[in-house]
Amino acid sequence: MEKNPIITLKDISLSFDGEQVLDKLDLSIYDGEFVTLLGPSGCGKTSTLRIIGGFLTPDSGDVFFGDKRVNDLPPYKRPVNTIFQRYALFPHLNVYDNVAFGMKVQKKNKAEIAETVDRMLTMVGLKGFEKRTVSTLSGGQQQRVAIARALANNPKVLLLDEPLAALDLKLRKEMQNELKNMQKSLGITFIYVTHDQEEALTMSDRVVVMDGGVIQQIGTPIDIYNEPQNVFVADFIGDSNLFSGIMVRDLLVNILGVDFPCVDTGFGENNPVDVVIRPEDVLLVPAKDGQITGTVTSLIFKGVHYEMNIMAGGYKWLVHSTKMEPVGAEVGLCVEPENIQIMHKPHSVQQEGHGIDE
Amino acid sequence: MTNKRNIWLTGPYLVWIAGFIILPLLVILFYAFTNPAGNFTFSNITAAVTDITNIKAFGLTMLLGFLATAICLLLAYPLALCLTKLKIKQKSSVIFLFILPMWMNFMLQMVAINVILEDNGIINMLLSSLGLPNMHIANTFGAILIGMVYDYFPFMLLPIYNTVSRIDKDLINASKDLGASSFMTFLKVTLPLSMPGVISGITMVFVPAISDFAIAEMLGGGKIMLIGNVVEMSFTKGQYFQGSGLALILMLFVVASSLIPGDDEAEASVEGGVVLP
Repeated sequence: MEKNPIITLKDISLSFDGEQVLDKLDLSIYDGEFVTLLGPSGCGKTSTLRIIGGFLTPDSGDVFFGDKRVNDLPPYKRPVNTIFQRYALFPHLNVYDNVAFGMKVQKKNKAEIAETVDRMLTMVGLKGFEKRTVSTLSGGQQQRVAIARALANNPKVLLLDEPLAALDLKLRKEMQNELKNMQKSLGITFIYVTHDQEEALTMSDRVVVMDGGVIQQIGTPIDIYNEPQNVFVADFIGDSNLFSGIMVRDLLVNILGVDFPCVDTGFGENNPVDVVIRPEDVLLVPAKDGQITGTVTSLIFKGVHYEMNIMAGGYKWLVHSTKMEPVGAEVGLCVEPENIQIMHKPHSVQQEGHGIDE
Repeated sequence: MTNKRNIWLTGPYLVWIAGFIILPLLVILFYAFTNPAGNFTFSNITAAVTDITNIKAFGLTMLLGFLATAICLLLAYPLALCLTKLKIKQKSSVIFLFILPMWMNFMLQMVAINVILEDNGIINMLLSSLGLPNMHIANTFGAILIGMVYDYFPFMLLPIYNTVSRIDKDLINASKDLGASSFMTFLKVTLPLSMPGVISGITMVFVPAISDFAIAEMLGGGKIMLIGNVVEMSFTKGQYFQGSGLALILMLFVVASSLIPGDDEAEASVEGGVVLP
């Protein structure tokens, strides 16, 4: 089935005080999906969300809702609602009036408002809290009121700006599940902003990785993790070993002076490439059987696995393994061909600047 | 409760209020209920509230206080809203401009206002040069009003500006996000959240305005008697008993006016006033 985008950003650029925040950004978001904008602070993810919400006007480029250009549509006329980072609940109103706010300004009738508020508060598990003032609620409860308030307006798209950043780890995990379930059962499009890669991977249908005001990669969480398109994405998503290598020919890459068989083709012959190997994909074998040998320099027990640093070929490899090798041990390292991810070197010097450092 | 060990730190201030606030208040209280023969009496109080000159002065004082407060509020509120929208660098210098008059000697301010308002002062010179009829403002009710607005304006502006500028920008965004137009957002979010500042501004202008006598004397040319002037005159004439009676009544007005818009009531009136059906 051919899907039409519900929101399209075309060629969006934005700068603050001469600093480029977004650079010619193109993005399409489809009906009913959970899209996460992921990146380090200052990457432009929140600005992108605010442009969709109507709180920021791009310097150039167009925003479409469906086929309609909405650049000049003020926030209050847009069919989207936002959950703000610090909830932005109205401190002078109680829980009921906060949730009812949107419907009251739209002059819905009283019975309908009461019914919707009741439904929303039941959904977020805050029934009975109607008369409470928001300042008496815990962070998690305020978060739920913010969700109820936004969803009470029955938006087509919900924008979430790092909504869980202020919650503790356990509550955050709980809310991640709840938000995901809510999104599925309501069928609303969620556009979610976060700097937490784990959050992005667990919740999203698609992840948009951003850096320096540019989209680095768009894909499913599995694509993004397993097939990062450049060094930035590989480094930002999960732990990784990053190498500068030479593509000897199709199916063979040279890293640290050793030829490793791989599954990539089409990179030419003897071309410099970036190579990423995930720490859990490095296999520990007896020294004589390894593709490359090295010495364990550190060992940390992480619960599910051991995290080791292994000096091999002049590179400090990060290795996750359930097998423990003591510090100082000589070990061999092996990598399955399909676990070696080959990427083109960035074209411009500037792009490289966003690379491994960040 | 205060830490017991530190309570002696309040000592110097306690001495201060005992000597300069509590004692004088007791003296006023004593005089207010005493006749020249030294006996207890209510006559000072009854005289204060029945004398026609006093009643007139009370009326005029309340009217002036009310008008000065209302004008200050109307000038300050929109200004405070605009100020919060300025960039940070501009803000402090603009606010500085509005506070600057407070740094000038009070007498000098009043003399300057007189020079502007006089029959052959700056305003009338301007009017003449434009071929318009002259206005008689100096030594009138209007002149006192202008003086009060001029003098008390910063006390209205600052508290309002402080509360308005502390309103989280995302609350405004949230309101618009939920479908409220800019005007509705003002009514339902900005205005109610700025009420504490408005109330403290009103108190800080109204209270000194109704107990003023200096501005009235300087700009009213001695022709306009506010209750403060009546009190002042009683004391300069040596009528301590009548003066104390009047002062006590005035004090009750001041206390009452600073109590009326309590916090709870303000919130209630906000809810009742702007929440839609």
